[in-house]
Amino acid sequence: MTDPVIKEDLTDQPDQPTCPPAADYPVCVIHEPFVRITKRGTVTARHKALIYLVGFTMALLVGALLIALIGKNPLAAYVSMATGSFGTKTSAAETFRLAVPLLIAGVAIAFAFKMRFWNIGGEGQILAGAIFMSHIVVSIINSGTQIAAIPLHILLILAAITGGALFGFLPAFFKTKWGTNETLFTLMLNYIAIEYINYLKNLSSWKPEKTTFPKIINFKNSLGQIVLPKVFGVHIGWIFALALAVLAFLYLKKTKHGYEISVIGDSLNTARYAGMNTRWIQIRTLLISGALCGLAGYFQVAGADYTLTETTAGGVGFTAIIVAWMAKLNPFIMIPVSIFIAMLKRGSLSIQSTMKIPASAADLLTGIILFFMLGCELFLEYKLVFRHSQAKIEKMIEEVSA
Amino acid sequence: MQEAQRPPVDNVVEMSHICKRFGTVEALKDVHLELRRGEILSLLGENGSGKTTLMNVLSGIYFPDLGEIRINGTPVAICEPKDAFAYNIGMVHQHYKLVEVFTAAENIVLGLPGGVTVNRRALGKHVKEIADRYGFNIDPNKKVYDMSISEKQTVEIVKALYRGADILILDEPTAVLTPQETEKLFEILRAMKEDDKSIILITHKLNEVLAVSDRVTVLRKGEYIDTVETESASVQSLTDMMVGRAVSLEIDRPIIGDKKPILRVTALTCLTPDKTRALEDVSFEAYGGEILGIAGISGSGQRELCEAITGLCPIAGGSILYQGFVNGFEVEENMVGKSPNEISRKGIALAFVPEDRLGMGLVPSLDMVDNIMLKSYRQKKSFLVDRKTPQKVAERLVQDLEIVTPDVFTPIRKLSGGNVQKILVGREIDSSPRLLIVAYPVRGLDINSSYTIYRLLNEQKEKGVAVIYIGEDLDVLMEISDRLLVLSGGRAMGVVDPRLTSKQTIGLMMLGHGPYQKEGAAAL
Repeated sequence: MTDPVIKEDLTDQPDQPTCPPAADYPVCVIHEPFVRITKRGTVTARHKALIYLVGFTMALLVGALLIALIGKNPLAAYVSMATGSFGTKTSAAETFRLAVPLLIAGVAIAFAFKMRFWNIGGEGQILAGAIFMSHIVVSIINSGTQIAAIPLHILLILAAITGGALFGFLPAFFKTKWGTNETLFTLMLNYIAIEYINYLKNLSSWKPEKTTFPKIINFKNSLGQIVLPKVFGVHIGWIFALALAVLAFLYLKKTKHGYEISVIGDSLNTARYAGMNTRWIQIRTLLISGALCGLAGYFQVAGADYTLTETTAGGVGFTAIIVAWMAKLNPFIMIPVSIFIAMLKRGSLSIQSTMKIPASAADLLTGIILFFMLGCELFLEYKLVFRHSQAKIEKMIEEVSA
Repeated sequence: MQEAQRPPVDNVVEMSHICKRFGTVEALKDVHLELRRGEILSLLGENGSGKTTLMNVLSGIYFPDLGEIRINGTPVAICEPKDAFAYNIGMVHQHYKLVEVFTAAENIVLGLPGGVTVNRRALGKHVKEIADRYGFNIDPNKKVYDMSISEKQTVEIVKALYRGADILILDEPTAVLTPQETEKLFEILRAMKEDDKSIILITHKLNEVLAVSDRVTVLRKGEYIDTVETESASVQSLTDMMVGRAVSLEIDRPIIGDKKPILRVTALTCLTPDKTRALEDVSFEAYGGEILGIAGISGSGQRELCEAITGLCPIAGGSILYQGFVNGFEVEENMVGKSPNEISRKGIALAFVPEDRLGMGLVPSLDMVDNIMLKSYRQKKSFLVDRKTPQKVAERLVQDLEIVTPDVFTPIRKLSGGNVQKILVGREIDSSPRLLIVAYPVRGLDINSSYTIYRLLNEQKEKGVAVIYIGEDLDVLMEISDRLLVLSGGRAMGVVDPRLTSKQTIGLMMLGHGPYQKEGAAAL
């Protein structure tokens, strides 16, 4: 039997090509695909704004379709999202409160990402910070020690930073020593942090008295000074977060450390060639990245939750990746981006309660908006080219030949 | 009506008004090309002139923005490589696309339609037939990872022929071959031409154009210049067409009287990560005031040699002695085991232009200022970086080396290859080295930039710097070097005087055999 792979005769007629030969045209012809993607040249700021505007409008339109499909009024839903996040003083404060950990964690993640160290363990690092400080809080409560507010908070901040930094250090150490994959490593650390909290919940010394339900006590009741003071209705973490964005910007742009991070991020080989201690720089940067996430955990516990649960981080570690990425790793741009994402989150909570739109549909709406906003990136670099008419082609050829 | 318009010559390919733009870069502007049946057409142009882009259009990798392609007189649309196959167009890319763990035969049938089984005997027979017809040397059952570069190339060509290619495009096929292998390839091309195949040879080497092709089409900066008969062309006339004005092709080789030893490498051995020997027992000396050329087929240990000297590659044995001022005393300092940072802290004036410019020598997404300070940013104690000093250096380099850039704050990945290389060489020379190692410094550069680099290297030599030049173009190496070290398979085959040695001898040494093999480094 002849094998089907072998062509019997090389002079066989060729297979029919997928694009058939074009018909007889007098001058010149290109038989174009209907649409294709080509690279764009430089984009003006105005054009850029237009692309984002179109993207946002399309997101709203597709979102409206979704809301209409489940039988609600899209316009009312959007109004409710807006008023729910910025309608009243309380709702605005709540939105900004959500933005604080997003901004801090976004900045933290940017440190690692700028170095192309894919730290997706923000969640775990936030929890690690929260766990470390909670250990101190619980031991203070259980031992009945009296402590003033300021030394307490200094102690708690140090603990949170240490916890986060430890969770940043581990993947960096193993990556630089044995080349482990940081993505998997940081991801796994997230689960370790969550499971450790589940373990703490079951300890009798961490539970409220006379209860069998696994839950960690509310720190506010036994240690009132843990509550962070508020400025303009939001805990003072927002001032820290803004200051941090400025400092991070300066660190990345103006210091030798920041310079080393950009070199390593672009090419590890170039950094080695330049004589940089690449191992220490990577570890150092991840210590900072983790420590900042730990700080976000501190503000979450001391500013908002006053307790520790496995949802203390509440996905902030992952959402922060979107914040960092949408802001192109620029800490300044992360400020509006984190507020925007907090607004979406508040808004989706609001339409759940006021319009009875199911939580999953509200999350889907958030997803659609983010999808379109991130999708704009593609159109900043590429454009679609549609098939030209024959007359247009002839005109183009004339121009080119001239 | 179409029949009447067609010229009487038997054109298998006609490309007209081809335009292709990438972002703001116009890669092809109204380019024409005609390929006749049974001819070898050279497509000549400098790097970045659009040769490869034009052929990628023909082989379906890019779709043109504008223009027409006719195959045997019929207008066609080649939307993807599959379409090109159907029109019997085969392309052998500069970087071979073979599966390393497969045999030659398996690579040849890969991706062809057919059943799940492969009849190896029939396949082997068929491959053998093609090989015999044109004079290829091919073992269908050899695994690709066991093959030399020229064998891999053979597989690529046979693969295209097996698929029935009548129109064969070869992208810079001789770049990686020794002179002997090149001659062999040309014989095969001539045999294929006799068999009525049409061949397009992409190249920038003029003597090859003259040796093998029937006609030459010249491109410059994406524009079509002209097509001429090879018989009526000369090296000078083709260069002038390629560059756009008359250029001198002489490379200087100033003679320096006083030569001081600067580097002595003895019995250097390096291992690859999988413990095979990348360098074995290599010994040589480099003197101030001379250019030591290093020749060899790519992958003969050149990279490891550079990286061993610069402290980037671990050393298994041997010594590297640097003679000069270290911490203010004139001593012989052993550089083995020192990191790049330690080497520079010791005050060893070593500069290195690595082969991989944007992957090792420079940081592509940073601007020129940030790239200039790559090695010097640590010098000041401050926690902040000083960008003022490197900015001045950058501005001076832009002036001195005629670097074309909007400003010194443009990310260097946006600059052309020649300008990128000028920045890298400029930075390294600016550190006033005593030992300058350059690896493939003109690869991908246009003629103008290449000659700027040669001039800079000669200037360094005249200043008394020991220059080690690793190159791939044997003609250039033989013109610029004072002495030439030939590497083959990680071993030093000997040091020769390029003025007294023939290209053939050096070619044989590159292949690992030759008159100098026994004498080794003692020959000079």
